[in-house]
Amino acid sequence: MSKIIELKNVNKWFDKFQALKDVNLEVNQQEKIVICGPSGSGKSTLIRCINRLEEHQDGQIIVDGKEISENTKDIEKIRAEVGMVFQQFNLFPHLSILDNCTLAPIWVKKLPKKQAEEIAMENLKRVQIADQATKFPGQLSGGQQQRCALARALCMKPKIMLFDEPTSALDPEMIKEVLDAMVDLARAGMTMIVVTHEMGFAKEVADNMIFMDEGRIVEKAKTKDFFNNPKSDRTKLFLSQIL
Amino acid sequence: MKINLIKPNKENLNTFVTIGSIIILVGFFDFLANTFLGVNFTGFLPAGLSYFTPIILGVVGLHLIRIEFSGNRLLDKINTNFNSSNFNAFLSLLVIFVLIKYIPALLNWFIFDADFAGNTKQDCTSGGACWVFVKVWLNRFVYGMYPDTEQWRINTAFLMLFALVGASFFASVKVKKYLLIFLLFVYPIIGLKLISGGDFGLEYIETGAWGGLSLTFIVSAFALILCFPIGMFLALGRRSNLPAIRYSSIGFIELWRGVPLITVLFMSAVMFPMFLPDGTYVDKLIRVLVAITLFEAAYMAEVIRGGLQALPKGQYEAAKSLGMGYWRMHFLIVLPQALKLVIPGIANTFLALVKDTPLIFVVGLLELAGMVNLAKTNPEWLGMAMEGYVFAGLVFWVVCYAMSRYSQNLEKKLSTER
Ligand SMILES: Nc1ncnc2c1ncn2[C@@H]1O[C@H](COP(=O)(O)OP(=O)(O)O)[C@@H](O)[C@H]1O
Ligand SMILES: [Mg+2]
Repeated sequence: MSKIIELKNVNKWFDKFQALKDVNLEVNQQEKIVICGPSGSGKSTLIRCINRLEEHQDGQIIVDGKEISENTKDIEKIRAEVGMVFQQFNLFPHLSILDNCTLAPIWVKKLPKKQAEEIAMENLKRVQIADQATKFPGQLSGGQQQRCALARALCMKPKIMLFDEPTSALDPEMIKEVLDAMVDLARAGMTMIVVTHEMGFAKEVADNMIFMDEGRIVEKAKTKDFFNNPKSDRTKLFLSQIL
Repeated sequence: MKINLIKPNKENLNTFVTIGSIIILVGFFDFLANTFLGVNFTGFLPAGLSYFTPIILGVVGLHLIRIEFSGNRLLDKINTNFNSSNFNAFLSLLVIFVLIKYIPALLNWFIFDADFAGNTKQDCTSGGACWVFVKVWLNRFVYGMYPDTEQWRINTAFLMLFALVGASFFASVKVKKYLLIFLLFVYPIIGLKLISGGDFGLEYIETGAWGGLSLTFIVSAFALILCFPIGMFLALGRRSNLPAIRYSSIGFIELWRGVPLITVLFMSAVMFPMFLPDGTYVDKLIRVLVAITLFEAAYMAEVIRGGLQALPKGQYEAAKSLGMGYWRMHFLIVLPQALKLVIPGIANTFLALVKDTPLIFVVGLLELAGMVNLAKTNPEWLGMAMEGYVFAGLVFWVVCYAMSRYSQNLEKKLSTER
């Protein structure tokens, strides 16, 4: 299996505050990684560095063979290959669901409108909101909006998908529909890095688990080992709190 | 049966409503007699008290009929809309009395005592407004000093504009795009050429002769269309990460915002030509247009920046995560939302711009208000300032109100959230 993401000794500061400390991580194609850890531990910062929504100051980040740094000219090309789903959905409220999904394929990938719409409908069907295509984001429930956000990212045919707490802003009864869509995506072989506290989901799909605390990766282990015999005390404590 | 006069209640509804209505009627009677018959029934009271009796009686009466959920639809409606508290009752009465007192006087001046027939000032004899003045000068008010025989050119240019705008409303999306491009880039040249002439066998008419309402429209339209994109780029520039662009945008905006328009216009007329090499000449109207456009663009920039700032960070991040670069992110995601947010502010700036156009008199260009100003100094029409300014004010009001309504419609049409 080939590496698709590689982080080497990555350090990141917000002014004087160090948010990432010597982070090393390798992700293979089709691998699913779930990151957990207490709030403020740097989980979001880590995955946002992978598509350069945040800049790292030290170390190397290599995505699909290309290093990401301030010199990267075609950061947009890399971003087009890395889909992201946000906690707050971040749909474009001025566009219909369908237009949300076709906008980037048309303007970034230069697909003809017709083809973009076909791809969009495919993905909307996949997350089961094809019947909402003509509505606007404000008219959908939270769960539907998040599934639309997933479909929107998938329309770019990304090689990697990043999820930043995709279910944290949802009412409990809507969490399952989003997780189901994500499980479905995982089964289809997508490379995924997911920040979440949904441990049921993690046990079902993750190949590897990562526990972060205070900007460091404290523990990385196969999913089974992670839950059955965590090595670090902090991981144990954290798991005992959320399980 | 005991009745507490301080606290009207539903049990004694009829009693309270009867007494209250009578008191209110007495108040109105006193007021009307005073206003229209010149009779003061309450003259025996001290002067101050006598003056306020109608209001006092009205408030007392309204207090007595303020009974919630009376079951009487009319009474409930009055109470909720005009009479929800003693203070509201007072305000409602005050407004009604002021209207009754001044509207007839205004109507008399405007219409009933006004003169419409005739051709000279001497035809105005009845004491109201002398609309003869406006009638005689109407042509000048609309076309300025533009020669009568050539006025069809202005008319044609404006008819063309209306036809194009109308067509672009009803055209299909595809045709609409081309119509808009034509309207923004080709039409202005055709329109200006038609009005200024000099080619195609059209007599050349210098801009000094342009004037009146048509000039108001020409100046406003050009400045509106041009200040918008410039303001947009300034707003983006002010938020740019590149220091050179950011600081020059800030400098530009603050410079123009800090100077009164009248100074800017004056400088465009007097100082600007001094910087030009000898022999080059830029038309006065063009200089003025540039000055107003840049001036309003600075304001527009700040309005639009407000919208940019109100947009959640997540929108930028989502656009970036989909691989959009700076321009795509801004034109597809950020600006459509930001501009929609600030439609009221944009409309505000546009209205201010239209109402700022009279200031071009400082360089000798006379639009509507300027022509009125000129006409009222005509020896045969001295003393007509009131009519002239009221007319100009009304025209400006109609134009601005139409723009304001249009912006409200646009806001409604574009609202997709919630
Ligand atoms: N834009 C920012 N500016 C300053 N500090 C930040 C910023 N974003 C995050 N941080 C800080 O970095 C740390 C890690 O944040 P984050 O990655 O969002 O944590 P998590 O996602 O694990 O809750 C937190 O202490 C947070 O306060
Ligand atoms: Mg987070």
